Amino acid sequence: MHHRKVARDSAGRLWRTPVASLMTWAVMGVALALPVALLLLLTSLQGVSAGWESSARVTAYMDLDASLEQTRKLASEIASDGRVAELELVDRDRALAEFRASSGLDDALDYLEENPLPHTLLITPEENARSANGVAALVTFIESMDRVERVQVDLGWLQRLNAMTDLLARAVWALAILLAVAVVLVIGNTVRLSIESRRDEILVAKLVGGTDGFVRRPFLYTGAWFGLGGGIVAWVLLQLSLWWLNGPVERLAGLYRSNFSLNGLSIDGALALIIAAMLLGWLGAWVAVKRHLSDIEPGEIAGG
Amino acid sequence: MIEFRQVTKRYDSDHTALRQVNFHLDRGELAFLTGHSGAGKSTLLKLLMVMERPSAGEVVVGGQMLNRLPRRQIPYIRRHIGVVFQNHQLLFDRTVFDNVAMPLEVMGASPRDMGRRVRAALDKVGLLSKEKMNPLQLSGGEQQRVGIARAVVNKPPLLLADEPTGNLDPKLSADIMNLFAQFSQVGVTVLIASHDLALINEMGRRTLTLDHGNLIAGGTPLQGGPSGR
Ligand SMILES: Nc1ncnc2c1ncn2[C@@H]1O[C@H](COP(=O)(O)OP(=O)(O)O)[C@@H](O)[C@H]1O
Ligand SMILES: [Mg+2]
Repeated sequence: MHHRKVARDSAGRLWRTPVASLMTWAVMGVALALPVALLLLLTSLQGVSAGWESSARVTAYMDLDASLEQTRKLASEIASDGRVAELELVDRDRALAEFRASSGLDDALDYLEENPLPHTLLITPEENARSANGVAALVTFIESMDRVERVQVDLGWLQRLNAMTDLLARAVWALAILLAVAVVLVIGNTVRLSIESRRDEILVAKLVGGTDGFVRRPFLYTGAWFGLGGGIVAWVLLQLSLWWLNGPVERLAGLYRSNFSLNGLSIDGALALIIAAMLLGWLGAWVAVKRHLSDIEPGEIAGG
Repeated sequence: MIEFRQVTKRYDSDHTALRQVNFHLDRGELAFLTGHSGAGKSTLLKLLMVMERPSAGEVVVGGQMLNRLPRRQIPYIRRHIGVVFQNHQLLFDRTVFDNVAMPLEVMGASPRDMGRRVRAALDKVGLLSKEKMNPLQLSGGEQQRVGIARAVVNKPPLLLADEPTGNLDPKLSADIMNLFAQFSQVGVTVLIASHDLALINEMGRRTLTLDHGNLIAGGTPLQGGPSGR
């Protein structure tokens, strides 16, 4: 009963100072939209790299003097390993032919007496062996085999990025935490001013037997309303930037024949954002209330 | 209703506002508290409101020892005490009605109950017609009566007043005092701090006199006086 009245009353107060409220909402909205946008971008990137992971490939170069027969034997041994999805043997003649075709060094290669290229095995790891550790283990396994000269892991640029997303995610979360603290402080300060301006009311409420909970309540609601407004502003900002970026991103992804697309916020995500914003607002108010409400005691008003 | 046992209040180590004060007030008794400025009148009332804690001795209100009352219990004590101040502490951002309703609001009274009790209190102080006004539109005497209505709206068994007639003319002051007398007649214990000796003498009630923190008169009830019924 009292809750509903206080909630309505504190919302009304914000409404009656629209410029000040809007400023607070905007500050909060920007501070919330930034880390959420980065997180969305990050999940978009992770989705894309999952599709490209099939390009993870291990290349094994044989000794120059390894015979084709030996290489075939080795190839079938490696192919039978559970971690290997696909294996292709490129013999030295074909390797040279392909190199000729792709390098344009046709004439120069004619001067070579001997084919400088070894037999090569192109190995695609099984899905579950595609983690960094899995690939490393596979490489060690192949390296340990007879007649293998060198093993090389081919990572596409997206996979390199994928390896970095962990780091990026941490950076984004750190930023998110910093900005959340900033939001709490901004709301805390705004609520502190509100407490100052309602000093007389607090004194009288305490004098006539208002509990701490009663006195605190309007300010906690104020914080939550600031949070609600901030969350909505953040959501609007996110939708706007998504709408603004989507066209160019699609064109770019098309150029790279990538399945990359920007993820927007789902309904659940938007709700979570707004609830988180309200919680932050409430927390900010709570900090202010904790610090400043006990300073206001009706001791001095009785007069000397 | 109220009992002070050897109550001493020191603000600073060398500054004693009350020294070993002993007295008690019965239910329905009306008493004045007087003394020079700085004698300790307000301090005594603040101890009753738990705005201050005694340095020594015991303060008992309605059978409750206030000395060791936990902080979170203080509001519930205050709900049983009505207070009126010289600077009546009205809020000018709301109507007379809403000012008077505050003690009911902190208790979570229902709107119906609130309306009924606020109007009863305003009726008692003769301001029923002004419930929708802002206190700023009222005269000094009317504002003081709004303060009294707020103090009595939840029918507290104890009513405290600190210089309630401080800046009112004698006629208005007498009106206010008669209001207090009416409350004591229905069983409310009333303690009024005032240095308006003329008015106090006119009322002929029990008078507690403080001098530099010592209770020098009125420590025991009047015999056969109009109080203590
Ligand atoms: N909060 C306080 N801190 C320190 N001294 C105080 C405080 N309140 C009152 N005093 C002192 O205590 C004495 C009694 O004050 P008070 O009870 O207000 O007297 P009265 O109301 O009779 O004028 C005065 O000397 C006053 O200066
Ligand atoms: Mg005083």
